[in-house]
Amino acid sequence: MAISNIWVLAQGAPSSSGGVGPTSTTLELLTKARALGTVTAFVPGDATDIAGALGEYGATKVYATGDLQGALPGVAVAAAMQAVIAGGDAPDVILFPQDYVGRDVVSRLSVKLDRPVLTNNTDIAVDGDSVKATTPVFGGTKLVTTTFTGSAPYLIAVRPKSFAAEPAGGGAPEVVAAPVPDLGAAGGAKVQQVHVEEHSGPKLDEANIVVSGGRGLGEASKYEMIETLAKALKGAPGASRAIVDAGWVPYSYQVGQTGKVVKPTVYIAAGISGATQHMVGMKGSKNIIAINKDKEAPIFGVADLGIVGDVHKVLPKLIEALQSR
Amino acid sequence: MNVIVCAKQIPDPALPGELDPSSNTLKRDGKLILDESDMYGVEMALQLVDAAGGGEVSLVSMAPNGEVSGVRTALAMGAARAVLVSDPELAGSDALSTAKVLAAAAKRLGDADLIIAGTESSDGYTGTVPEQIAEVLGLPSVTFAKSVKVEDGVLKVNRQTEAGYDEVTCTLPAVVSVTAGVVEPRYPSFKGIMAAKSKPVDTVTAADLGVTPVGWAGAGQQIVDVASAPERAAGEIIEDDGEAFNKIVEFLDNLKVI
Repeated sequence: MAISNIWVLAQGAPSSSGGVGPTSTTLELLTKARALGTVTAFVPGDATDIAGALGEYGATKVYATGDLQGALPGVAVAAAMQAVIAGGDAPDVILFPQDYVGRDVVSRLSVKLDRPVLTNNTDIAVDGDSVKATTPVFGGTKLVTTTFTGSAPYLIAVRPKSFAAEPAGGGAPEVVAAPVPDLGAAGGAKVQQVHVEEHSGPKLDEANIVVSGGRGLGEASKYEMIETLAKALKGAPGASRAIVDAGWVPYSYQVGQTGKVVKPTVYIAAGISGATQHMVGMKGSKNIIAINKDKEAPIFGVADLGIVGDVHKVLPKLIEALQSR
Repeated sequence: MNVIVCAKQIPDPALPGELDPSSNTLKRDGKLILDESDMYGVEMALQLVDAAGGGEVSLVSMAPNGEVSGVRTALAMGAARAVLVSDPELAGSDALSTAKVLAAAAKRLGDADLIIAGTESSDGYTGTVPEQIAEVLGLPSVTFAKSVKVEDGVLKVNRQTEAGYDEVTCTLPAVVSVTAGVVEPRYPSFKGIMAAKSKPVDTVTAADLGVTPVGWAGAGQQIVDVASAPERAAGEIIEDDGEAFNKIVEFLDNLKVI
């Protein structure tokens, strides 16, 4: 049986122009899915605001769960997907974004359908009647390609920014309700309140320039230099996992495996040694500038311009030079 | 309150990782240590049991060659007992098989109020196992917890999200995955290290737990290729002589981004 019926877990989010639009990862996945077969989008929540855009990027059909009523998406959306599959629709491949929602849904569905899941992928290709997916390991120095040996559906989680999003000019898709069945005890988690951390300036994963700080800054108060420099460059401030774990900045600043994947025109890493965890999130940047006092630091292996020096000396001068221009 | 913590034993992340040439999977046959990501779970569990005024922290772990050094670290921190699943038949297990094994190991320990895991391991970082365990056991789950407490028998979690965080309540029993930094893990005391040597570690096979098929037989996936990623061309590396900031300005200028 050839690969033809492709599902994508599609999400909406507040867009920068106001209103609600599909997330950028959703559009990337739809674009890739189009190349693999007929595309169905599966939306946690209400699809009214995004169905048109999903069609434009290639979805011919949209399943929408409707309001999740406070349930965490993982178990609820997986149960809704399982119900549609039990009802006769048979996806060959389901693509999930490697994010908070996608990871929970794919994990739950994997058990419900007793199918393995491949995570952290950056490429997908059809391989006869199966599919193969590629994931970078060891800080992105090696690419491991894995195929499924069992039967469909093949569950694949894909990292953000793995594919370029391109509209296909498709029309409005058919929207079908895929309600969440009774979850029993497994549905015991409820969202009581949503907190949004406000940011000024460009979003970390959309900025043209990203300036990130790490442990080399020495103490939390020095992170201000990173913010000042980012502002001077009209960029976004980011951080390594080390200083997020240490509580210097919120998690939303984190660049890396468990944080944001960024691919800006310029990435400046200040006081970051370049752990695998971090490199995976920024290696795709077009230009990389690294400042670190340890000349053996792995970050210099990916830097286009590396300054072996003290961030406390280099950054203030750099900020002053930029501000006086 | 009884809490079970999933404790993964991994190759020292400070050492360069290696793939087994015959299977292309990560080599895990050397000495293993407790995954730092799981120390947060162990600490969280100890604090919750303390706050509840009674109960025990138990561990489940799956590792080759009867490896216990990482489990001993968690026992030295204060956990009471462990189930170690160690079985040559488990080599090659994927995340789904691993979740089935750990869920069965948790059941062997008896009814727990809470199962805690890290959000993802530091070696394989598949990141699906906690949620898969919850589904195998039919439990609710809250992933990416950045704070966890139990009040009046209800779990209260601040869960990391794309935009910030959500306040989530959850019925017990439940599964929680915790982010690094959720608590400050304690260092094992000398007394703790000595006590850990005699704490019970129940070593079992997959068959003992009634989980089949496992390992290569149970994995519905196969690695077909390992290639080197395209390398970035070597850049210019200079020592700061007090004027290196000018090189950065020049570099940015050439890119026309300032």
